[in-house]
Amino acid sequence: MLEKALKGGTRYWVWIFFLLSVIGTGFIAYLYQFKVGLGITGMSRDVSWGLYIGQFTFLVGVAASGVMVVLPYYLHDYKKFGRITVLGEFLAISAVIMCMLFIFVDMGQPLRVLNVILHPTPNSVMFFDMLVLSVYLLLNILVGWTVLGAERKGFPYPKWVKPFVYLSIAWAPSIHTVTAFLYAGLPGRHFWLSAIMAARFLASAFAGGPALLILLALIVRKYTKFDPGKEAIQALGKIVTYFMITNVFFLGLEFFTAFYSQIPGHMHSFIYLYSGLEGHAKLVPIMWLSSILAVIALAILIFPQNRKKEGLLAIASVSTFLSLWIDKGFGLIVGGFVPNPFEKITEYWPTVPETLITLAVWAIGFLVLTILYKIAVSIKEDAVFDKYGEKQVQATNK
Amino acid sequence: MSMNRREFLKIAGISTVLGIGGITAASGLRKNLVEASQVKPSSGALKAKRWAMVIDMSKFKTDDDYQRCIDACHRAHNVPNISNPKQEVKWLWKETYEHAFPGQEDEYLSEEIKHLPFLVLCNHCTNPPCVRVCPTKATFKRNDGIVMMDMHRCIGCRFCMAACPYGARSFNFKDPRKLDPGLEKNLEFPTRTKGVVEKCTLCYERLAEGLEPACVEASKGGLIFGDLEDPDSEVRKVLSLNYSFRRRPELGTQPGVYYILGGKE
Amino acid sequence: MYNGGKIIIGIIIFVGLVTFPLWSNMGKIEVKPDPKTDTAEIMKLPENERVCVEATTFMKKEHMQLLNDWRDWVVRDGETIYVNATGKEYTMSLQKTCMKCHSNKTKFCDVCHNYADVKPYCWDCHIAPKEKEI
Repeated sequence: MLEKALKGGTRYWVWIFFLLSVIGTGFIAYLYQFKVGLGITGMSRDVSWGLYIGQFTFLVGVAASGVMVVLPYYLHDYKKFGRITVLGEFLAISAVIMCMLFIFVDMGQPLRVLNVILHPTPNSVMFFDMLVLSVYLLLNILVGWTVLGAERKGFPYPKWVKPFVYLSIAWAPSIHTVTAFLYAGLPGRHFWLSAIMAARFLASAFAGGPALLILLALIVRKYTKFDPGKEAIQALGKIVTYFMITNVFFLGLEFFTAFYSQIPGHMHSFIYLYSGLEGHAKLVPIMWLSSILAVIALAILIFPQNRKKEGLLAIASVSTFLSLWIDKGFGLIVGGFVPNPFEKITEYWPTVPETLITLAVWAIGFLVLTILYKIAVSIKEDAVFDKYGEKQVQATNK
Repeated sequence: MSMNRREFLKIAGISTVLGIGGITAASGLRKNLVEASQVKPSSGALKAKRWAMVIDMSKFKTDDDYQRCIDACHRAHNVPNISNPKQEVKWLWKETYEHAFPGQEDEYLSEEIKHLPFLVLCNHCTNPPCVRVCPTKATFKRNDGIVMMDMHRCIGCRFCMAACPYGARSFNFKDPRKLDPGLEKNLEFPTRTKGVVEKCTLCYERLAEGLEPACVEASKGGLIFGDLEDPDSEVRKVLSLNYSFRRRPELGTQPGVYYILGGKE
Repeated sequence: MYNGGKIIIGIIIFVGLVTFPLWSNMGKIEVKPDPKTDTAEIMKLPENERVCVEATTFMKKEHMQLLNDWRDWVVRDGETIYVNATGKEYTMSLQKTCMKCHSNKTKFCDVCHNYADVKPYCWDCHIAPKEKEI
């Protein structure tokens, strides 16, 4: 099936080469980081995790959100998602690959990464994270590829796929819960030491991932002959709406606990992020941007007449995605380290090489996504679906 | 012979897995060269069930009292002097009361205590969160209570730095030998390289030779060192006579570094 | 051959890449490694005491494994003393034991390592003894 990714029009190849050039630039930046060390980033003794881990955290959420389309279709026979499940699974594959790459570029001694496997440490959440992410990647590749391959041949997918689908449905929230546990179990970091970290992570994941999937579905419909389905996109819109409301609600809960209890340790990080602490306010503008984007998104999403207009839905999806990306992929991580255990403040901002490497990893993710989508779309274009997304006619191409 | 691409890839993949797996299995079955009975600790080594330290603040009066200890530690272990404070490496240093004991803020604290520098270092906790989170056991708890660092195994993930509630750990953001080329090195101890985390290791190498930690030796009685589980040790005596406090005890880490204000002998 | 032109060009490039180590080193003089054990510290010992921790044949083949084992015993298990095959005791330390006799890293360790093109990363952290400039 891979050969389907080698056939494409001019626009396709321009996009591929653009991605390759971003990857190339970032790769050179990575060689520089590999030679000199992580000192070329903006991280410091106080803020020891930054953009790389933030992006990893955010993308695990995007990966987990695949379950939002898989669960209704495979578990509850929600036929409207028939055309979109494979897009969700392939997005999950691309996101998990990006997660693993972000972890790799963040390591101080990347060549020793296999030590995590050679010396397994079950009490370490990071060990589990590596395990669950790897299994999730394999699950999505297995299920997505097999189902797509069956569709191409015109057969229903083999029965043994079903148990793996059920496993992936249970696995998806697990990967993001384990990621939340990286933060929620650390006794010294009050900003993160909250029972609802995992719940917040899941809510933001199930809002942000489907938002991205809406945008990807719209792009696929515009540039190919394959239409994932108007009703599927509308259903995703409802999912984004409810989980975004939940996410904002959960953030409100955190604010309440911090500020009603008036405990300095709980309040300080929020004050730093949203108002500035002792004159340090580097992140204040983008945190407010994140909040404004969330308000804009909800203003559109809450009203069904807005959601039905796909243009507005697209704007709301972009707004949701960006808002969550800032909050989870940046603010959450840096906020946990400010102030430091000595109640002193060291600020963080990524450097240029750090940003180039980050962009390169995103480009790799999009490259994988493009290739996988190209394959899926080429196969699905050949099939004909009824209005519920159920295949009616056998594929005419092999 | 006719074989399609899919079969070829399947055969290639399985051969690779079997080949790598076979070599790994074969090397794992290699006869162990050296027997464990051939190693032992040295006869003069200091032993304990739970090493701890008491810092007697009454013995720290001048700048030199502090600097002697810090220099002894950093010199013995080739800790580099890095000019960029964001990337500094420190095993033992000073913090004022409000920074060493956050959560105890009080604007009516005596002026003397407000400005008194406190020596801070890794607390070698009995319940260390850093050990709990390390994915490779590069940081681990020894039987004598020391929270140890295996620089060879550390992958530089910095999870331990996020987990430590005391900010005791430093990361080598760049090659320390390049950042401080003029460092006068102790040739009996290695340096570190970029990409690994480091911290105080309670001078395990000196304990193995029957010597107390470098900072304790330089402190002229300011730092009392001993076995908390030995009722006859000096640390137990000092703790029974003086009010003592530790950093952030409410977190359950059971730190092994105690502070006392008055030196009742 | 179907796609013959591309395949033949591909094979030529492949053979070229695979045999790169052979033709890129043509003409270079090969010096057999001759590690020197005549350091000042070794010469100070009487001749019958000039022995290493284990026999030379053993060390040649297994010093890497021995150093790895020493590393794990000292760092992870808290052991200090190594009892060799003849019952003699040594402190397990690269800097304090091995390099005290073999104080000429460039004429001893590096000679074979360069020949075999291996780059042990021990020296990133462990300090090699200062050698006199000749």
